[in-house]
Amino acid sequence: MKHGEVSSGWEVVIGIETHAQLATQSKIFSGAATAFGAAPNVQACAVDLALPGVLPVLNRGAVECAIRFGLAVGAEVAERSVFARKNYFYPDLPKGYQISQFEAPVVIGGQLAIQVGDSEKIIRLTRAHLEEDAGKSLHEDFQGQSGIDLNRAGTPLLEIVSEPDLRSSAEAVAYARALHALVRWIGICDGNMQEGSFRCDANVSVRRPGGPLGTRREIKNLNSFRFMQQAIDYEVRWQIETLEDGGRIQQATVLFDPDSGETRSMRSKEDAHDYRYFPDPDLLPLVIARDWVERTRAQLPELPVAKRARFVAEFGLSDYDATALTASLEIANYYEAAVQAAGVASAKPCANWVMVDLAARVNREGIDFGDAPVSAAQLGRLLARVADNTISNNIAKKIFDAIWAGEGGTGEDAADRIIAAQGLKQITDTGAIEALIDEVLANNAAMVAEFRAGKEKAFNALVGQAMKATKGKANPQQVNQLLRSKLG
Amino acid sequence: MSLTLEQVRRVAQLARIDISDAEADTALGELNGIFSLIEAMQAADTAGVAPMAHALDIAQRLRDDRVSESDQRAAFQAVAPETADGLYLVPKVIE
Repeated sequence: MKHGEVSSGWEVVIGIETHAQLATQSKIFSGAATAFGAAPNVQACAVDLALPGVLPVLNRGAVECAIRFGLAVGAEVAERSVFARKNYFYPDLPKGYQISQFEAPVVIGGQLAIQVGDSEKIIRLTRAHLEEDAGKSLHEDFQGQSGIDLNRAGTPLLEIVSEPDLRSSAEAVAYARALHALVRWIGICDGNMQEGSFRCDANVSVRRPGGPLGTRREIKNLNSFRFMQQAIDYEVRWQIETLEDGGRIQQATVLFDPDSGETRSMRSKEDAHDYRYFPDPDLLPLVIARDWVERTRAQLPELPVAKRARFVAEFGLSDYDATALTASLEIANYYEAAVQAAGVASAKPCANWVMVDLAARVNREGIDFGDAPVSAAQLGRLLARVADNTISNNIAKKIFDAIWAGEGGTGEDAADRIIAAQGLKQITDTGAIEALIDEVLANNAAMVAEFRAGKEKAFNALVGQAMKATKGKANPQQVNQLLRSKLG
Repeated sequence: MSLTLEQVRRVAQLARIDISDAEADTALGELNGIFSLIEAMQAADTAGVAPMAHALDIAQRLRDDRVSESDQRAAFQAVAPETADGLYLVPKVIE
């Protein structure tokens, strides 16, 4: 289904709730560690276990993350917010309630720009609030019993709620991707979806354009962008078919089954959503002083939208390139450092190298841009040698591979060392190239004859021979020119 | 405002409290007594007064983001009814 379009007379309405696990060392209300992958229950302390007499003490780091997020989306960071108990019973929730925020969340409003196709769309945010995660229940392996691991219990989460501004699965995915990039950019969440650090619920309904909102169904726990797209597409089709067949949509919580590609209703009791929220008497209101907000604002990195605009204005990049180069803070930092070393005149070739050559290599080896064996300064210096005609772009690719493989040392001048050591400096002396071309023409009389008979292909073959004779060190345009004037 | 017996049963069910019919009747009377107190308080003019979220009019103190708890699983699990492979075992729950 195409984005922003009405499907056979129906309009799709989607809102997304995201749980971002905050990148703190300790839990939101206790001093237990939050590291992923520990043995079961070794990071669950008395507070996380809800043993009698324990009290929660709020983590400053988690609050700081919420402030950073609020500032990054242009929201109001509430001067006063309140923690509330969300009451329900489940074995991986030892207290019998989850500490969350209800009537007075820490972040109010805000917005996020998303890119769908060629156009930009602003998605409004409702709110973001702090809460604790629950533990994990393992239903397999134990005859008639469930195993409970409370390491995750009390891990800080920021639940980010969008307005129902999304109109297609493509827009929903663009929103989730933009949000995912942003929380990583500002360093509040590692964004690891396999480990559950970033999970989305999608509220989906359909309506006749301009009509009242339809009844929504909530697709829970979407932990990949691909599943989100598939789940919403299936759900939208299902709702439209149900309505067109004269049926009604019942409000429900559904799960997506990646194997069947279908969403199905969770069996849940009628009173499952009566959480009886009330302010948690164990916690006082959270008051965030305005100077704390301003200090945090001063420490925020330049945000993706601002950086993108600056790349366009300062470096003359296209919107497309600037968007790709601000997909993450790592790639943006790498690119800027490379341009700094290469010179602003090389901004465009730098962009191509980072987006194509470097990105391909980094993706293939599954590493981060910051960990690439070719540093930004090394790449910049290499491209400066292309810009000043010391080497051709083809030779630059070979040198890039050599630096990647560890040649030339770790200094910024690795490219220069390799050029000197291997004699890769481009031949620009016309006389020297002409001599080589004369040799090539003498040795390939048959090709010359073919060219003179009108076969343009033979010319390209001769260029190839000439480049080979220069071991790739001549400027191809120059070879082309000299060859044509000699044959002409 | 007063509660119905039906509402008392529902609240008990939500709180997983198993109450008999007699207890429900008693609870209804007691809860309605509390509601009448609240009703009396509602008579006070609170226009322009921000609701408090806590009886104390002070702000939450914060702790630094530092790991201060070490692994005490063995001690905690010594008093658990049943454990296996480091997990707490409970009657099977699947929604």
